[in-house]
Amino acid sequence: MAPDLELFDAVLELADDHLVLGHRLSEWCGHAPMLEEDLALPNMALDLIGTARTLYDHAGRLEGQGRDEDTLAYLRGDRAYRNLLLVERENGDFAHTMLRQLYFSAFMHPYWEAALGSSDAVISGVAGKAVKEMAYHIRHAAEWVIRLGDGTEESARRMGAAVDALHLYTPELFEEGAAAGCDALPARAAMRGAFDSTIAQVFAEAGLCVPEVAYPPSGGRRGLHGEELGPMLAEMQSLHRAHPGALW
Amino acid sequence: MYSQGLIGADGRTEETEDFLAAFQRRMDAEEKIEPNDAMPEGYRRTLVRQIGQHAHSEIVGMLPEGNWITRAPSLKRKAALLAKVQDEGGHGLYLYSAAETLGVTREQMTEELLSGKAKYSSIFNYPTLSWADIGIIGWLVDGAAIMNQIPLCRCSYGPYARAMIRVCREESFHQRQGYELCLTLSRGTEAQKAMLQDALDRWWWPCLMMFGPHDGDSLHSDQSMAWKIKRFSNDDLRQKFIDATVPQGEYLGLTFPDPELKWNEEKGGYDHGPIDWEEFWRVVKGGGQMNRDRITARKKAWDEGAWVREAALVHAEKRRARQLAAE
Amino acid sequence: MANETPLWEVFIRPRNGLSHKHVGSLHAADEVLALQAARDVYTRRGEGNSIWVVRSVDIVASDPDQSAENFDPTAEKIYRHPTFYEIPEDVGHM
Repeated sequence: MAPDLELFDAVLELADDHLVLGHRLSEWCGHAPMLEEDLALPNMALDLIGTARTLYDHAGRLEGQGRDEDTLAYLRGDRAYRNLLLVERENGDFAHTMLRQLYFSAFMHPYWEAALGSSDAVISGVAGKAVKEMAYHIRHAAEWVIRLGDGTEESARRMGAAVDALHLYTPELFEEGAAAGCDALPARAAMRGAFDSTIAQVFAEAGLCVPEVAYPPSGGRRGLHGEELGPMLAEMQSLHRAHPGALW
Repeated sequence: MYSQGLIGADGRTEETEDFLAAFQRRMDAEEKIEPNDAMPEGYRRTLVRQIGQHAHSEIVGMLPEGNWITRAPSLKRKAALLAKVQDEGGHGLYLYSAAETLGVTREQMTEELLSGKAKYSSIFNYPTLSWADIGIIGWLVDGAAIMNQIPLCRCSYGPYARAMIRVCREESFHQRQGYELCLTLSRGTEAQKAMLQDALDRWWWPCLMMFGPHDGDSLHSDQSMAWKIKRFSNDDLRQKFIDATVPQGEYLGLTFPDPELKWNEEKGGYDHGPIDWEEFWRVVKGGGQMNRDRITARKKAWDEGAWVREAALVHAEKRRARQLAAE
Repeated sequence: MANETPLWEVFIRPRNGLSHKHVGSLHAADEVLALQAARDVYTRRGEGNSIWVVRSVDIVASDPDQSAENFDPTAEKIYRHPTFYEIPEDVGHM
């Protein structure tokens, strides 16, 4: 296969999104508000990590330099990571985590639907699996956002705070990034309608308002991250990096 | 994972002799007891305590391995470990459900765990210090747990036996996952081999303690055996575990930290050195290195989740009211 | 206690053509969360394609003390079973 560096960059962005968010969700395992969620959150994390692995593997082949999934995941620093700022945000409370999940899946569901017809067989294959996973993630996250938004005074306050803290990261979802010139991937801007309608529907039931975002942060696709990704990757990569070349 | 010889059973019971004899006949005929059946109070209490301890062990057992999810050295290992720790949460959930058929609630059992009143397997009060600990826990701790749990699939109490069947079915990947991880380390760099040996040195004796005190020192064991809650003695299971495990360790090129460990042709099993029961009781009674941290972590999750659980209940109330109003 | 999250019983149909079978229970505040939790807890290994959840308090169970009067009387009604009736072999399978 001839190297395709444009598509490599674009697939890497997607892979990084999924790994970073999957890692964040995995941090909940054993610490969730109830046992049932201790099982639900890892299910979603495993979906995301599974998708990331396929995408890294594919990216490595597109690049043609012999980098495998672990080389790409464990041996790039935070400046080389291309994930969205939204997914690297710390978990915060359960309201933050569920809202972040809703934003991500509300975008990715129509995205993978559009990618079902991709000319790239790996992408369309991933899409076939991920579109179902994202449909469930939307449902799971939405049911919680609704319950917390329309629950107690405290839960409504926390849900509102989560919207204040995270909504401003949603415009970055629609930036084309490295995918701008890739026919194999859907145009991200085209997901706007589906995303807005999902969020509007859930927020209406949850009694939440979609806030105006005056200054949306951006930069994840260029390796300009916030301060939370560095420590996350330092932890994630510490053991792998301490034993160069070792097999696990 | 992780039942341990029951700690502090209380089989006292006050039913008439006729009732107890009739119940014992059902036991001897290998009949199963179901939730609403008449049963001696001591039987019920013993089960509540044992299933509760077992469930708590699964839940607390998520923590030591969970400590390495975020640092798993490959994506494949990360996924496997996450799935395994999640399974343990599931096992805790099945077991709490089984205990709830005996008239206690999960909330009550959780309160007992968080207050320090309820016991759980001593093994989880040791820290996981390296990645090799994850392999050793899968291989040895799950291995020991499986030895304990397979007989429980035939326990006389139906819901417990059914939960154990489900647990054992899911558990089968855990031990293989751990052993394969150890195998990879044993074929790796010098540092990886040293990591593995160090982990075995720290976990071997605590694993042997998982089977509970020697038969002669194990209170109430006879009653549990008669009631078919327990099927084999602590020492029998421990011996079975050692006999199965030592050759597997030798295959990995490991040295067991017991100079007295050697094959005894006559009995067809391994002899081993004395177990430090003082350490066992210290850890069971709260004096292990991680006892406080484990309970603190569980308490933090429970307390910080209170507003979520409450919001869900309040929302459910609102939904019901709206549904009624719409009818 | 009023503030306890309710208990639900979970039934799974392993595949079409079979009936739903009781697999265990869980806690959830309402029926939507109960279904989601049942999916996340009890179908992690492809155990089924349909889920029922029922509030545990809504299950009405027969009394084990009445099990003799409920179930023993059927034991002697052997004429309900096909082997009660003798048919000559010449007639063939029936």
